[in-house]
Amino acid sequence: QTKCFFYRSHIGEQGEGARAVPLAGHVGFDSMPDQLVNKSVNHGFCFNILCVGETGLGKSTLMDTLFNTKFEGEPTQHNQPGVTLKSNTYELQESNVRLKLTVVNTVGFGDQINKEDSYKSIVEFIDAQFEAYLQEELKIKRTLHSYHDTRIHACLYFIAPTGHSLKSLDLVTMKKLDSKVNIIPIVAKSDAISKSELAKFKIKITSELVSNGVQIYQFPTDDESVAEINSTMNSHLPFAVVGSTEEVKIGNKMVKARQYPWGTVQVENENHCDFVKLREMLIRVNMEDLREQTHTRHYELYRRCKLEEMGFKDTDPDSKPFSLQETYEAKRNEFMGELQKKEEEMRQMFVQRVKEKEAELKEAEKELHEKFDRLKKLHQDEKKKVEDKKKSLDDELNMFKQKKTAAELLHNQAQQAGGSTTLKRDKERKK
Amino acid sequence: IVCVCVCVFIYFQQRNLEGYVGFANLPNQVYRKSVKRGFEFTLMVVGESGLGKSTLINSLFLTDLYSKDYPGPSQRIKKTVQVEQSKVLVKEGGVQLTLTIVDTPGFGDAVDNSNCWQPVINYIDSKCEDFLNAESRVNRRSMPDNRVHCCLYFIAPSGHGLKPLDIEFMKRLHDKVNVIPLIAKADTLTPEECQLFKKQIMKEIQEHKIKIYEFPDTEDADDNKLVRKIKEKMPLAVVGSNVVIEVNGKKVRGRQYPWGVAEVENGEHCDFTVLRNMLIRTHMQDLKDVTNNVHYENYRSRKLAAVTCNGVDTTKSKGQLTRSPLAQMEEERREHVMKMKKMEAEMEQVFEMKVKEKKQKLRDSEAELERRHEQMKRNLEAQYKELEEKKRVHEDEKANWEAQQRILEQQKLDASKTMEKNKKKGKIF
Repeated sequence: QTKCFFYRSHIGEQGEGARAVPLAGHVGFDSMPDQLVNKSVNHGFCFNILCVGETGLGKSTLMDTLFNTKFEGEPTQHNQPGVTLKSNTYELQESNVRLKLTVVNTVGFGDQINKEDSYKSIVEFIDAQFEAYLQEELKIKRTLHSYHDTRIHACLYFIAPTGHSLKSLDLVTMKKLDSKVNIIPIVAKSDAISKSELAKFKIKITSELVSNGVQIYQFPTDDESVAEINSTMNSHLPFAVVGSTEEVKIGNKMVKARQYPWGTVQVENENHCDFVKLREMLIRVNMEDLREQTHTRHYELYRRCKLEEMGFKDTDPDSKPFSLQETYEAKRNEFMGELQKKEEEMRQMFVQRVKEKEAELKEAEKELHEKFDRLKKLHQDEKKKVEDKKKSLDDELNMFKQKKTAAELLHNQAQQAGGSTTLKRDKERKK
Repeated sequence: IVCVCVCVFIYFQQRNLEGYVGFANLPNQVYRKSVKRGFEFTLMVVGESGLGKSTLINSLFLTDLYSKDYPGPSQRIKKTVQVEQSKVLVKEGGVQLTLTIVDTPGFGDAVDNSNCWQPVINYIDSKCEDFLNAESRVNRRSMPDNRVHCCLYFIAPSGHGLKPLDIEFMKRLHDKVNVIPLIAKADTLTPEECQLFKKQIMKEIQEHKIKIYEFPDTEDADDNKLVRKIKEKMPLAVVGSNVVIEVNGKKVRGRQYPWGVAEVENGEHCDFTVLRNMLIRTHMQDLKDVTNNVHYENYRSRKLAAVTCNGVDTTKSKGQLTRSPLAQMEEERREHVMKMKKMEAEMEQVFEMKVKEKKQKLRDSEAELERRHEQMKRNLEAQYKELEEKKRVHEDEKANWEAQQRILEQQKLDASKTMEKNKKKGKIF
């Protein structure tokens, strides 16, 4: 790779192929993990748990039991009109480790008659946290290292202890969530199920999850130091848990338990329930992995989809990789072009409208003229008629005049003749 | 109906735990994962030839990074290349480190050294650019961190002060990389000379407002004491050696002189141990963090601001920088939509007005034509009437005259009849 003419690389360039060299003594970089740990401890840790499950399955109690403390909240009613998510953040400390724990609860889940949209608010909440992180990551001036990460690292899905199978709401919801969050399914209030029923129930649940293609979180087995315990625990999923903050005296110890007339369910007794397993896996062994998976898998998926949606690509049509600058510039040009196109379109639309309207008005004008041409013609005709009439009248008048004149002449002649005759007669008479 | 009412209470409530929960194990989880992942570190050494850079690296990492098979840059005959990198894999106590050493052969060796820092800057920037591009891809995979985490700058042991080149270089690089100035070949200075030299250098560094790498304060009081001690020794005066010598039965790295052995790891001879402890054993992680959180972020925000503002005056609004270029475009899009709405409204207005005008004209024209037509019609009607009148008069006249004529005719007839009678009577001869 000779990208820049002035920089040359030795044998063993990019990572793989870096040649191994022996050390002649103790250099001291084996303290790096400690340095990293110190930094993390100073910075503090952050973990966000989402509890999904119907009202009354003991979600809050389990959280209290897991973290040995009483968190917020009163029990919710069953009359919620929809599913809302309530989130609370707590600062916990154990020895020198500070943990910012956020517990998110689904309120009203499973209470509605029509549960078709129940999963939606959960998905929207999870996406909103991804979006907030993405926005921060994309900022020009950003402060990622002091950003309070609100992305959900683990989703405890509470399954009702019916003993039969998963409800369709559970399957639908988990299917919608499995590509967005690490799902750890647990059987809630498992002290309601007998041991044999529980075994069958777990098998049924696992097979239903598999046959519906629901991806639940697998405890990682790639690290030798924890591979064995993790793989054993994977086979115990879903964990059947019991939660309790009440303490009962067993022997000479006070233990967390639920007391029944027929016996006492001890929360931390592994024969009674899987609470200890859950705590071990969720908190003591895999908390960091849950956080890492959220960041490198679920968040990356969200980010990739979002960027692709916005039209970002990694390579141009010729399969050459884009540099960031090129990408942004291309995006910007495209964006500007789009805006200009919109402007052009609007202008064109107006030009079109103007043309159409002009044509319309011209048409109207033409019609008007035609109308008046017709009227004019009518008028001409009428005028001609009148003229003709006039002419015929004039002719008649002339004829009459002539007639009159002729008659008069005749009359005068006759008169003259008759007059002479009469004159003669009169003359005769006179004689 | 789904109400998406998300209440996020960010009031952090302190909680005391009754009983061991177990998240105190988190550091162990982090430790475990980091060992599995392995570490990487890039160290750059800058200084004129002959200041013992390669030897110091070999001493620091107790290895022959540069050996017969892989000769260091100083061994090369041609010193035309300006920046060289070597990558090695070292393992210790189960911890794997990918170490990249970046050397600058020929730095400051020319007669005219103007801009000899440019290739160094270009190298650092190009590594940041690589990281930025990798980080900004749609499909991101594991991103190797090849950014320069630390730059050791070798000052020649003149004993006087910084050279103009030293000052120029550090000024140009202090906001791109963690700069740690070192006095090279410190075994040519006596302790007193060294003290004065250090004082002078620090004075000049302050005068020129050069920001060298600062050790962070910790919460631990003891650690802070150590930190302060190191700070007092800055810049560290170092000696390196590839040779192991036996001194008092011990095998040590050192430089053999007729008058004695200058031991590399002897704290009274030089500050090598301080450097090694600081660079490798205590502050390696912090050097990476500062590179990532400060130097890289500066590079990134400068780069992205340039892209977003596209050469437009960047003093426009500081607020732009708190957004991503995409959010910026979103904002511009919204502004554009408003602009378009306004434009559309204006055009609409003009359009309506013109249409109204034209229609009005048409109406006026129609009215005018109507009027004229009416007038002509009335004219014609008047003529017609006149004509009728005339005709009527004529008809009357005619009728009268014809009546008269008939009377006259009758008279005539009567007269002629009488005449006949008379003729017959012999009255007329």
